[in-house]
Amino acid sequence: MKKLDRNQMAARVARDIPEGAYVNLGIGLPTLVADFLPKGREIILHSENGVLGLGPKPAPGQEDEDMTNAGKEPVTLLTGGSFFHHADSFAMIRGRHLDFAVLGAFQVSVAGDLANWHTGGADAIPAVGGAMDLAVGAKKVLVMMEHLTKQGESKIVERCTYPLTGARCVDRIYTDLAVIDVKPDGLHVVETVEGLSFEELQRLSGVPLKRLATAA
Amino acid sequence: MINKVVASPEAALADVPDGATIMIGGFGNAGMPSALIDALIAQGARDLTVVNNNAGNADAGLAALIAAKRVRKVLCSFPRQADSWHFDKLYRAGEIELELVPQGTLAERIRAAGAGIGAFFTPTAYGTKLAEGKETRRIGDRDYVLEHPIHADFALIKADRADRWGNLTYRMSARNFAPIMASAAKCSVVQVREIVELGGIDPEAVVTPGIFVKRVVKVAATLRKAA
Repeated sequence: MKKLDRNQMAARVARDIPEGAYVNLGIGLPTLVADFLPKGREIILHSENGVLGLGPKPAPGQEDEDMTNAGKEPVTLLTGGSFFHHADSFAMIRGRHLDFAVLGAFQVSVAGDLANWHTGGADAIPAVGGAMDLAVGAKKVLVMMEHLTKQGESKIVERCTYPLTGARCVDRIYTDLAVIDVKPDGLHVVETVEGLSFEELQRLSGVPLKRLATAA
Repeated sequence: MINKVVASPEAALADVPDGATIMIGGFGNAGMPSALIDALIAQGARDLTVVNNNAGNADAGLAALIAAKRVRKVLCSFPRQADSWHFDKLYRAGEIELELVPQGTLAERIRAAGAGIGAFFTPTAYGTKLAEGKETRRIGDRDYVLEHPIHADFALIKADRADRWGNLTYRMSARNFAPIMASAAKCSVVQVREIVELGGIDPEAVVTPGIFVKRVVKVAATLRKAA
């Protein structure tokens, strides 16, 4: 089978973001999605630190300390962009104004529970940022993650063993192996990568999967 | 005549007592009031409770205040970063307390304090570790967690321009927590790049009205490039 690399995963998510959408991209892997948004579409990226209309990275030497994304990386502002304070920024999130949040994850459960902020390890310093607000606030929560851990265990699980970020909040999972919808009656496989059968994906995942009625 | 302009960061922070709760604006380095933090370090107040989104980056600003062991407790959403070594060390040694708050809840708790709200129900963190022990309520078809305001004795924030009434404008994403912190503290102290005449800021463009501001200090522009 042909596993997707990080860029291919980002491109796959980007394909599903429609014209006119307001989108928050989480720190890490989801940030890559910005590089693959289709050129012809106007899509407005939101950042927790009070920005709508995030643009691409500035040219070398053009970085400005006052202009960063939520990952504190230098960014630019698109024409038409705006600034606002943190309470307004999270009113946009919590108030269900964002169409999509794309988040990374340690685990997603069959019920759509998300764990992405804390390993629960005794020596780990917890940090949550805006993840819990995005999980409950965005109209659609898209998760982007490798399908398996480095040890080969499925990150899609019956019940999350890591502390939850939000309960029953994930709508769709994009992995390096498949695209899977989370629905009230379970997980529906939308597509698999080239050379990977539904049966093999089922074996690797270890949780019950359904074939989407329209899938081949 | 109202004149909120103070001569120096040192003069603006001379009366900060030990044990004070201090909000510090900024998101990482964007909007961090470095000159005021340096003055607070020199001033000597200790046993402080600090409210910020983070717990310091590298060795300057909030990180320096933490490294100087002047902070008893931090309320923030994201302490752990690649360069938060001063906080990490004290936290692991049990020498600094952490109240971890989801970022939107942190912002709304600050806003609520400034707006005179007694408490509020938010859906954020319901069913997670960060809601353990908190009152919850089902309203309509959703579950909510009761959260209380965060009040402060002082807010230290950075703005771009001010007039002598304390009206403020900001620069790009350096605005972040500053306007809500200005409203939530008994005494908000602002470092600015420029002080203009009354009327020099278009009333339509004032972001923080002067009623939320007690003291304004002009500091030399220290705009650095992002790392």
